[in-house]
Amino acid sequence: MANFFSDNKDLQYHLEHPLMRKIVELKERGFSDKDKYDYAPQNFEDAMDSFRRVMEITGGVCGDVIAPNAEGVDHEGPRVENDRVIYASGTVENMKAVNDAGLNGLTLPRRFGGLNFPLTCFVMANEMVARADASFENIWGLQDCAETLNEFATEEQKAKYLKWVCEGATCAMDLTEPDAGSDLGAVMLKATWSEEKQTWLLNGVKRFITNGDGDVSLVLARTEEGTTDARGLSMLVYDKRNGGMKVRRIENKLGIKGSPTCELVFIDAPAELVGDRRMGLIKYVMSLMNAARLGIGAQSVGLCEAAYREALKYAHERQQFGKDIIKFPAISEMLTNMRARLHGARALLYETSRFVEIYKQYTHISHERSLEGEERQEMKFYNRLSDAFTPLVKLFASEYANSLAYDAIQIHGGSGFMKDYPCERLYRDARIMNIYEGTSQLQVVAAINGVTKGTFMEQIARYESLEYSPAMQPIVEKLKALRERVVAMIQRVEGINKEFPQYKDFHARRLVESVGHIIITYLLAHQATEVEEYGSDAKAFLKLSEAYIAGAEAYINSSEGEDVALISEVQEQF
Amino acid sequence: MNKGLKIVVLATQVPDTRNVGKDAMTAEGTVNRAALPAIFNPEDLNALELALRLKEECAGSTVHILTMGPQRAADIIRDAMYRGADGGYLLTDRKFAGSDTLATSYALSCALRKIGADVIVAGRQAIDGDTAQVGPQVAEKLGLPQVTYAEEVLQVKESSLVIRRRLERGVEVVETPMPAVVTVNASAAEVRPQNARLVMKYKYAMIPSEVAANAGSLAAKMVAERDYLKIAEITAADIECDEQQLGLLGSPTKVKKIENVVFQAKEAKCLNSSDEHINELMVELIASHTLG
Repeated sequence: MANFFSDNKDLQYHLEHPLMRKIVELKERGFSDKDKYDYAPQNFEDAMDSFRRVMEITGGVCGDVIAPNAEGVDHEGPRVENDRVIYASGTVENMKAVNDAGLNGLTLPRRFGGLNFPLTCFVMANEMVARADASFENIWGLQDCAETLNEFATEEQKAKYLKWVCEGATCAMDLTEPDAGSDLGAVMLKATWSEEKQTWLLNGVKRFITNGDGDVSLVLARTEEGTTDARGLSMLVYDKRNGGMKVRRIENKLGIKGSPTCELVFIDAPAELVGDRRMGLIKYVMSLMNAARLGIGAQSVGLCEAAYREALKYAHERQQFGKDIIKFPAISEMLTNMRARLHGARALLYETSRFVEIYKQYTHISHERSLEGEERQEMKFYNRLSDAFTPLVKLFASEYANSLAYDAIQIHGGSGFMKDYPCERLYRDARIMNIYEGTSQLQVVAAINGVTKGTFMEQIARYESLEYSPAMQPIVEKLKALRERVVAMIQRVEGINKEFPQYKDFHARRLVESVGHIIITYLLAHQATEVEEYGSDAKAFLKLSEAYIAGAEAYINSSEGEDVALISEVQEQF
Repeated sequence: MNKGLKIVVLATQVPDTRNVGKDAMTAEGTVNRAALPAIFNPEDLNALELALRLKEECAGSTVHILTMGPQRAADIIRDAMYRGADGGYLLTDRKFAGSDTLATSYALSCALRKIGADVIVAGRQAIDGDTAQVGPQVAEKLGLPQVTYAEEVLQVKESSLVIRRRLERGVEVVETPMPAVVTVNASAAEVRPQNARLVMKYKYAMIPSEVAANAGSLAAKMVAERDYLKIAEITAADIECDEQQLGLLGSPTKVKKIENVVFQAKEAKCLNSSDEHINELMVELIASHTLG
């Protein structure tokens, strides 16, 4: 009878954020659904009550069904039979449970059968599912593909696909190919218009496709013959019931073994164009990827939660030298830092999800009516913040998932290396999180503009201007000093970069992570102002920030422009 | 195929005796109800699931909960509605207080005569009494056939059900005409989770006395506007019954004495009830993989 929502005060805290009122009002458009649908909220309080209840249902399904199945799913894994994916039996049970609980189409409009919940709730549910079984989060979380359809597809397409997703259809995003990984502009899968059949036909191969045999797939394909770059790519939606696609094999992976990673062959598979031709990668996949990155942020935080709990539990049970090992400072320090990073990553996750939500809601409203001047300003403002914060949360959360999983095994000692405890699975599952949906290195590329063009610094200034409790004042003072040092680091890097063009790339990660540390510490200090218990997280995280920034600063200050040559040396070797 | 069945699930709210902590018993050796949360009796949830599957099998069927208890027992009716039941009846009256299984089954059978049902489904037994008597007694009082220890309905025919029973030495498949009473084992399918859309639809469902207590609230307004939010409340006066057979008056069962059983062991390890000793024991049991 475990419940991953009611046992997690931190999650409950984030659900009650003051911005939720604005988000719900935007999302509900003046509660106009209230007499049209028997499950629509009457007002803000009613909506919040429903969120809490549904999050609790989700927490129950995660605790009672998905988590107990995780070990079996990891062991059994999916397989391919007659060109189709057969899920592990535990995965099938999980799917039935989430369908029975009605957890599909969480954010989609009610007219298609969705719950019309804020993104924050979806992120939260994702996080809980990932804590229970990261591999199942991949399958369930892909329902987010429908949001991209909701934004760009025709009303007719929405009525068909969104309704189906709300009824439990699973999704996939078919982007990667053997020669197009991080560089998606190189995608070669062909889509040709058939006059005879009056449909687009897909031909080619996709690789590393998560849940590739899902019911609804968004496929990035080359519609413009003769092109070789991103401008010849469009997005199409493929309905598995129409045939033409086979699963050739599934990968044998290190982790998230329950999630089928497929190689797909399309032979004259009929598909529908989504939105405009040539905008596939430039517009739609970018939107899809941003959403997916937030999804991986949620998955990573869920894994952090699982790793921290496993480690904490073991440290209380295991005795050495006549006492529980948690009594040793070496262990309790590790756990303190794990908790600070867990709560820090979560703070960043929900902050980001609120920015993304407000921006997305204005986008949707702008399709219904023209926005007022002030609304347009706000939309731009939150768009900028979303673009900057999304890669930041993906970067931090996925790296933390790895470090927490690593520490969880360390605390288990030799036992952690054995297959007897869940921490070894968490360690394997975490390893993909800072790789897929854009490696950490690519998140840095996406976030560095936010550092040099001022988005992050402006936001930090906003955090600085908030009210803090007396207990948090010293932390805020230290953060101001840290911010000034980071500004100096940025100036130095920008200065040297003028002469040595790769110098900024060389230090980009150090700059992004320095800024990220300051932001997370501010978020925790703000939380500690509202709820005193967060004080120790804020204090512990400040120390991590100070240590990190001191290291980054020393590295940057000791690097000259000529060092670009030093890091290029390996290019000539081998 | 059947045109749709009227299915009534007999359910009861019980103290949660499964997660027993050190405060579960009072010093006098009785159940400490304050320390144990009130829950949906576990086997009644299996019964609900069986009923819901039967409903899915026969289009046009309905599932209603019938429970006897104080006002707060309306909680389990709402819980069942969140999982797919159409509504429920709360049988509540001071006159029912102190009922043993005989008086309970009498009151339930009188209510059932009034409600009417094609299939009456109940959990095998409740975890607070473990008698497994109420279901069979209801069948006797109504003069209906009964199938006990049911695990699954294998087939629904025009006017009968084919049911698999789980017995001590194996399984048995039986066919019963309808109407019938079916009592369900814990080995039957587990209940489905609450459904998000149904929770939002039914969360304001109330019995009239709850509506009265919440007069002026949004919930009360919603109940007034939407009929599906009205949970029926039935009192002794609403059913045709002999008051002598209700509650304490109608209950021949008398508790004579309650004893704590003390186990004897040769090589005993002495642990007292202090938190420290209990924790030590837990650590030992987990380390030896006896627990967890």
